[in-house]
Amino acid sequence: MTTNINLTIDNQAIAVPKGTTIMQAAEKIGINIPRLCYHPRLSLEGSCRVCIVKVKGIDSFITSCGTEVQEGMEVQTNSPEIRQARRDIIELLIDNHPHECQTCERDANCELQNLAYSMGVRERLFEGKRKRHPLEDSSVSVVRDAEKCILCGRCFRVCSEIQGVSNLSQQNRGFSTIVTPAYGANMDDSVCVQCGQCINVCPTAAFQEKRHTDRVWEAINDQKKFVIAQTAPAIRAAIGEGFGFVPGTPCTGKMVTALRRLGFDAVFDTDFAADLTIVEEAHELIEKIKKGEPLPHITSCSPGWINFVEGFYPELLSHVSTCRSPMTMMSTILKTYYAKKIKRDPKDIFVVAIMPCVAKKFEMERPEFTLDGQKVTNAVLTTRELNWMIKSYGIDFAGLPDGEFDPPLGESTGASVIFGATGGVMEAALRTAAESILGKPLEKIEFENVRAPVAGLREETLKIGNLTLNLAIANGLVNAKTVLDRVISGEKEYHIVEVMACPGGCVGGGGQPYPNPTHGYSILDPDLALKRAAALYSIDSHKEIRRSHENKAVQQLYKEFLGLPGGEMAHKLLHTSYKPRARRGIK
Amino acid sequence: MNNNLTSCCCGGKDCLKPTNSIIEESHKILPETILQFINQCLKEEKPASQLIAVLHKVQDHFGYLSPQTMDAVAYLMQIPAAKVSGVASFYHYFRLKACGKFIISICLGTACYVKGAEAVLDKFREELGIEEGETTTDGMFTLEVSRCLGTCALAPVVKIGEDIHSQMTVGKVPAIIEHYIEQSKKAQ
Repeated sequence: MTTNINLTIDNQAIAVPKGTTIMQAAEKIGINIPRLCYHPRLSLEGSCRVCIVKVKGIDSFITSCGTEVQEGMEVQTNSPEIRQARRDIIELLIDNHPHECQTCERDANCELQNLAYSMGVRERLFEGKRKRHPLEDSSVSVVRDAEKCILCGRCFRVCSEIQGVSNLSQQNRGFSTIVTPAYGANMDDSVCVQCGQCINVCPTAAFQEKRHTDRVWEAINDQKKFVIAQTAPAIRAAIGEGFGFVPGTPCTGKMVTALRRLGFDAVFDTDFAADLTIVEEAHELIEKIKKGEPLPHITSCSPGWINFVEGFYPELLSHVSTCRSPMTMMSTILKTYYAKKIKRDPKDIFVVAIMPCVAKKFEMERPEFTLDGQKVTNAVLTTRELNWMIKSYGIDFAGLPDGEFDPPLGESTGASVIFGATGGVMEAALRTAAESILGKPLEKIEFENVRAPVAGLREETLKIGNLTLNLAIANGLVNAKTVLDRVISGEKEYHIVEVMACPGGCVGGGGQPYPNPTHGYSILDPDLALKRAAALYSIDSHKEIRRSHENKAVQQLYKEFLGLPGGEMAHKLLHTSYKPRARRGIK
Repeated sequence: MNNNLTSCCCGGKDCLKPTNSIIEESHKILPETILQFINQCLKEEKPASQLIAVLHKVQDHFGYLSPQTMDAVAYLMQIPAAKVSGVASFYHYFRLKACGKFIISICLGTACYVKGAEAVLDKFREELGIEEGETTTDGMFTLEVSRCLGTCALAPVVKIGEDIHSQMTVGKVPAIIEHYIEQSKKAQ
């Protein structure tokens, strides 16, 4: 039994378990103490001092995020003095911040801006020296703007605590403090895996994805170009949030219509390529098992994960599936098979991938993913960027009629759409592999025990026929580390491991919309990931065809063009290889 | 179907090679005494708490902390490089740039200052052609300022290497510089 602690907050009596902080206790009675550096999923930093409160008997204000309740405590969260002190803190932060809200990427969804408004900052009282740092855009995915940084520390906490990458840290001291990779290096000369979680948790625009919107507008307006959109599974589960829909509202049809109205010549579904991935990967896995090749077999769809394994666990690269990601498979097929079909020069085809992901911007630049010296993917837009484009075009998203993906590469199964949630690739692969192993269709197609959005790590043992499979599903790279360390130490013998770099899988990707505060979710909130995942599982359950290998268009593609799964043509176009990264991370 | 599956292609031995080679490289960068010290630290309950002590030893040996030596410390102690460089850049004591053979430290504490230390500093700047914090192109001298060395009776004080030069004047500067150049030539 935990003992309850009795206290009062703003004269309201409340009893909470020992160990509760003042901030958490206040939330229970509907008092939302302002905060900035605090994040419920990260360790305490206590650097911003915005959440100060007054406790009777203590002379100075104390931070409510880091102070545990005590018996008989009398807490005051609002008084003229507290409000003045909070306002001063915000004013001082703003004074050392660029005065360019109107032209900033985060205008209207910036936590600092919102806080300044709600604290009643209506004029600038302090004018002092402002820190000056150049914009650092060396990375193809993540742009760092240190002038906008308020040193809240969320980025380096998510980078080490959730992702286990520890690429970022505070360097120097006092006024010169700056968040950078080791030795103040550029992002592209670092162990960054480009997952984009720093962008997600940043309260301002100190971290942003590299924008591809301009090149997409340009291609759309170029009459010579045939511009194709492909949309990843997780987009449809989150895009509505930017237009007021509650999290978990599937918006596939509206998304397709919006893309057509933006001027795309064809709108295809990355899900098609996810089915293709499963066919190739199931074949690869079964071959590995048959030939007694080293296991575990580890999935390869998540580009943040691939960057991580290349940089941190190169000794395990031979275990990673050689299958290209669905995005790159799709782009490759578009520039070969589809180009031939529509009798267009691949050079005139411009492929735009809409991804929940920032690392995809890095993936598209990989020299492996080129055909005749041309990139197969020409631009990657995050969900956020697409949201902005739709708004910028004045499209009333909520009122759009539902559209359908174009044939033939718009066809997909239920197995592919769940790729967007953690455990989805595993489930999709099992649906196909199990049938191949058993030689007959499965009675129950769902593998609910491999779905793991909340835990971050799930280990399961599954019996298929007389084959026992040890499975591990990890999301958030710190959980991947746990699994990989168990593989290396020999503690566990897994057959298949699925890794998604971002917490919750692609639904929680680094390119997904910032949660709308009115919906009550914060970024990294497992409940938000669950809601978005639920949208995907609902789409799956309503699909007629729910096994990747039964996708008619995929079957047609093999028949007309690729030959056999794992065959020569498939290998050339759908597989890849990996190499260790020059800068090695500390595990 | 093969049910007899191993966790790893080589039973976990050879697979560790790439990481081991990084450790080997790190071994080549640091001298034996520091490697031994790190090994000692690793046996402690919280090895990371010894990071500053290790960095002190590295700086004592190399004169400064280079990304290369900090990387070696990071890999050997299994502390992310960003954290190592964060600690190193936080403390004024740690030097992140290569320094000259002789570090000239001019005291600008109150006593030295009122007795003309600034003019002495200006003379060193002029003679060496560098600003404070910089090193001469021949790698001979690094110019620094400090605050009170605790020997105010000797003001103005200039510390060069381990030598203390007391009651400094502008006039003494050229001869002192020449003295160290000569000393360096002799040593060769």
